[in-house]
Amino acid sequence: MSEHIVPVKVYVGIFLALMVGTAITVLAAFQNFPGALNVIVAMTIAVVKATLVVLYFMHVRYSARLIWVIVASALFWMAILFALTFSDYWTRGWT
Amino acid sequence: MAESYVEHEVGHPALQHHFANLEQQREAGTLGMWVFLVTEIMFFGGMFLAYTLYRSKYPEAFAIASNHLDIKLGAINTAVLIFSSFTMAMAVYSTQIGKRRAQIISLVATIILGLAFLGIKAVEYYQKYEDHLIPGSLIPGNPFNPDPHAMHLTQGVLMQHVQMFYWIYFAMTGMHALHMIIGVGLLSVLLYFSVKGRYSPEYHNPVEVIGLYWHFVDIVWIFLFPLLYLLGRHTGGH
Repeated sequence: MSEHIVPVKVYVGIFLALMVGTAITVLAAFQNFPGALNVIVAMTIAVVKATLVVLYFMHVRYSARLIWVIVASALFWMAILFALTFSDYWTRGWT
Repeated sequence: MAESYVEHEVGHPALQHHFANLEQQREAGTLGMWVFLVTEIMFFGGMFLAYTLYRSKYPEAFAIASNHLDIKLGAINTAVLIFSSFTMAMAVYSTQIGKRRAQIISLVATIILGLAFLGIKAVEYYQKYEDHLIPGSLIPGNPFNPDPHAMHLTQGVLMQHVQMFYWIYFAMTGMHALHMIIGVGLLSVLLYFSVKGRYSPEYHNPVEVIGLYWHFVDIVWIFLFPLLYLLGRHTGGH
């Protein structure tokens, strides 16, 4: 598998998307959305931005399957960390 | 046949003897860096967990404490870091296509932007020092003791919970800043060897893997900025 060289215009596009995402995050933070929507909006934009960086700046989109497995394993173990911890804390009030 | 790899690579000075060819060497290097980054994700993951836990316990105190952070400096730093990720990507690209001058300029730009981020962070830390917001007694003679009126502390919110936010703020941004300092150090080494002409389209893996590290540090900040600076703004932050 030979190396894929990402064209400059893709890098520029991702850079602009990240800047726009940052601006939207700041603007959205000052709106008073109902319930937990503020944090959901902020985290959704952050996850989209992080995904763009991983796929294009870090070339994962063009990388070997093995790299995909490594990245997925990180997310999987993070999910275990959060799920097990909060399954404890959120159920402490139950009687 | 063992002789199937490209002839000229066998004698390439950068090819280590335990790799069959430069392609295999490059993929092994990238894989190694990704495994390291997974351990880094778990490391920062623990702090993100602590943040989530205490924010869910003390939502009002966290909103009040967060509203005291400087949103302008935080936003500028986010833009600076994203721009530095772009220049880092351009450094990798220039090396891949063999443009040495563009490679050196991109590396210098990335280092300058990284230092700019750290400078702005230092200004913010100094403001927190002046407002007595450094938690505990980390700074001798300047313990955590902010003015409750300046903090817009509301009824029923305890200052010790505000302090909890600042422990997490300094732990997370401090570890992030340490990663930035290490990153600038690594980039300086890259720049040195890049000026000496060590990297080429055939051999550019050091630029690629340090780029991966730099982008990772950028991703951590992409999450830190909304979580630390923006969490309470909709409740009437200023």
